[in-house]
Amino acid sequence: MDRFAALIDALAYQPSRTGKVRLLVDYFAQTPDPDRGYGLAALTGGLSFAAAKPALVRELAAARTDPTLFALSYDFVGDLAETAALIWPARPGSNQPPPTLAEIVGALAGARRAAAPALIEGWLDGLDATGRWALLKLITGGLRIGVSARLAKTALAEWGAGRGTAVTVDAIEELWHGLAPPYADLFAWLEGRGDKPDVTGGGGFRPLMLAHPLEEADRAGLDPAAYRAEWKWDGIRVQLVARTLGQPRLYSRTGDEIGSTFPDVVGHLAFDAVLDGELLVRRDGAIAPFNDLQQRLNRKQVTAKMLRDYPAWVRLYDLLMEGEEDLRGLPFDARRRRLEAWFARVRPTGMDLSPLIPFDDWPTLEDLRAGARDNAIEGLMLKRADSPYVAGRPKGPWFKWKRGPLTLDCVLMYAQRGHGKRSSFYSDYTFGAWRGDDGPGGELVPVGKAYSGFTDEELLELDRWVRAHTTNRFGPVREVAPGLVLEVAFDSVHRSSRHKSGVAMRFPRIARIRWDKPAAEADRLETLERLIVT
Amino acid sequence: MERGGGLWVEPGGFHIDPVRPVDRAVITHGHSDHARAGHTHVLATLPTLDIMRVRLGEGAGRHQQTLDYGRPLRIGDVTVTLVPAGHVLGSAQVVLEHGGRRVVVSGDYKRQPDPTCAPFEPVSCDVFVTEATFGLPVFRHPPAAAEIARLLHAGQLFPERALVVGCYALGKCQRLIAHLRDAGYDRPVYLHGAHLPLCELYRRHGVDLGPLRPATAADKEEMRGAVVLAPPSALMDRWARRLPDPLIAYASGWMRVRARARQHGVELPLVISDHADWDELCQTLREVAAPEVWVTHGAEEALVHWAGLNGFRARPLHLVGFGDEET
Repeated sequence: MDRFAALIDALAYQPSRTGKVRLLVDYFAQTPDPDRGYGLAALTGGLSFAAAKPALVRELAAARTDPTLFALSYDFVGDLAETAALIWPARPGSNQPPPTLAEIVGALAGARRAAAPALIEGWLDGLDATGRWALLKLITGGLRIGVSARLAKTALAEWGAGRGTAVTVDAIEELWHGLAPPYADLFAWLEGRGDKPDVTGGGGFRPLMLAHPLEEADRAGLDPAAYRAEWKWDGIRVQLVARTLGQPRLYSRTGDEIGSTFPDVVGHLAFDAVLDGELLVRRDGAIAPFNDLQQRLNRKQVTAKMLRDYPAWVRLYDLLMEGEEDLRGLPFDARRRRLEAWFARVRPTGMDLSPLIPFDDWPTLEDLRAGARDNAIEGLMLKRADSPYVAGRPKGPWFKWKRGPLTLDCVLMYAQRGHGKRSSFYSDYTFGAWRGDDGPGGELVPVGKAYSGFTDEELLELDRWVRAHTTNRFGPVREVAPGLVLEVAFDSVHRSSRHKSGVAMRFPRIARIRWDKPAAEADRLETLERLIVT
Repeated sequence: MERGGGLWVEPGGFHIDPVRPVDRAVITHGHSDHARAGHTHVLATLPTLDIMRVRLGEGAGRHQQTLDYGRPLRIGDVTVTLVPAGHVLGSAQVVLEHGGRRVVVSGDYKRQPDPTCAPFEPVSCDVFVTEATFGLPVFRHPPAAAEIARLLHAGQLFPERALVVGCYALGKCQRLIAHLRDAGYDRPVYLHGAHLPLCELYRRHGVDLGPLRPATAADKEEMRGAVVLAPPSALMDRWARRLPDPLIAYASGWMRVRARARQHGVELPLVISDHADWDELCQTLREVAAPEVWVTHGAEEALVHWAGLNGFRARPLHLVGFGDEET
């Protein structure tokens, strides 16, 4: 447990992705089985405890501490589990050894509910403050340390590669859903002590094939006859895994299972195939804007109202497996024919096919792309007719050709220090648009935040400008005088009750710094409101 | 009690750690919220006076008088003795004896071992004036060696990055170096310009710190994987850009609390403090066994509450101006 605690403590403070990977690799290398496997499970969401509620943490701490001192401490620290971990006075004379993670997992799995408090109390006595914090976060389900399952698997692959096992993160993804904690067979394989685990026939995830953005320069060299075009639908990429034997599953593009959030989709997986598609919300025969889908994402509880108001729909792109037959090695055209035939035969509910768009040359397609006013369309996809389905993002076979972004001239209002390499730079910018009276009576209202789209040289200049025009400081944030116009590019804008301006931009980034433009001539909020998709 | 700020000792006619310039001042230690400029007469230990001269120059006091640890000195109707406080080099508790009663003004103090200064000596007394910077039971500083081990482990994991540790220039900086040397770290330690004069001063007082280099003069390449010490304010500033991909650490008792560490944008919080933690505060109150306890700068409320529960007459003593600089 000590190692696991040290790991999540370090991860919680580590801003960079490569830094996190390095910490994880170190943990896998230094921690014996089965503890590292349970650690991996904890990071990938594979351990779920209903062992303790915050009330229990409070009770345990209350039994050991003076109520006034606890209240003053909680007030200062602001987090219950952390307060309890820090204030915990070990029982005098207790020198219990710290528990291993495996011990904790095993004991909680086997324990009756009523026995949990005494177990937890004993462990708290055996651990140091970091260990207690990690334990309490783990058993109350509050491990929020900015590590995705994908990142943990990436680290695993990197570690395995360092040990001489040629392995990619995609290979681990393919195995993943056929494995279970503490993953002894997986670690054995990565360490070269065992064979690759056999998971054939399981409801495993097949890593997705992704596309590169199409650059103008690329297009000139592409033969239109070699490519097929489809709309790029504005939802989330999913993989449907429906097996005659075993549970049907719905995976996100990163291999996270999201079936419990979309029971309406899972309910329709009554066939034996693996499909690639876009998850959307469809109402009255029309695809709803992304904002509607957003209401359904990341929900633990799915209400009947949500299912009714935001019904999920899948638009199918590809067929990866039909029965036991793996189609991924076939060319796109062949898979497409199989997909169409399969769809006509099976007629699955709650889904349709993403149509192919006929075109003869690039200008025709460009016109189509420019004319696409449908909110559910983000742009076009180009897929080589002969491309097999390959995991990852190979350059060449697939391109995404997004619709041109919208832009707005905004005024810089606040700047925040970045993280990691950018920690000495004001690199995160909050910008606003004018509201109210035209001219000097108007006020700026924040409409978004962006931290990309500029070069390193521009960052230096922006940083200098922020320091020279600061009017107020709030910790890592500086308020600046309204004087710098940023041309902000974004994909779309939606109504939002969470923002003061009432609107929220999707994917905002800095398109240009308008050193030349006076702040008073920046855009108004009404201009942005007119772009809202409904 | 509070004329020039700090503590006014009526029967002796002097202040302890006054905030504004006064005629007669006894200074507990060299941190700038305790050792202010512009007093006429200043009494302190030799290292403290040295520190004041380095930091304040002319402002260190027109008449400076050295008092060694353990040597009683009569001032007015009061006998004054300075006793080690274990906080930084030269730091002292002020023991005041008058009319058969003994009052100890501890100044800032700690009980953890510190290779760079004399350890705290408990003096039994009638009234004990204690600091309470970390006067909440959530503050328990782990052994410094364990924190140093975490720093060195980070150095092994990220050998291409400079390990820049934010720390106060007086005391914390030298103590970190000493602990690093104890842990076997023998590479040069790179220092921000603000840290150099005090390290030199510590050396003159016999504290061996091993090889030190100014970070400004160092080659970027040689600082990879090396420890660099700088004032906390320099960490997030342009100064840090001279370092190779700096890994930002911060050595302070406040690092015990996550929200505080995050506020500072720290990648590696090190819980190393020169102030007593909660357990040390309670232990010290028990050891000096003063029936009356005055609690100053910090979280007075919790310590006063604890003292009350444990049979001490305790009250908060609100001194202005302390705790502004050093943590």
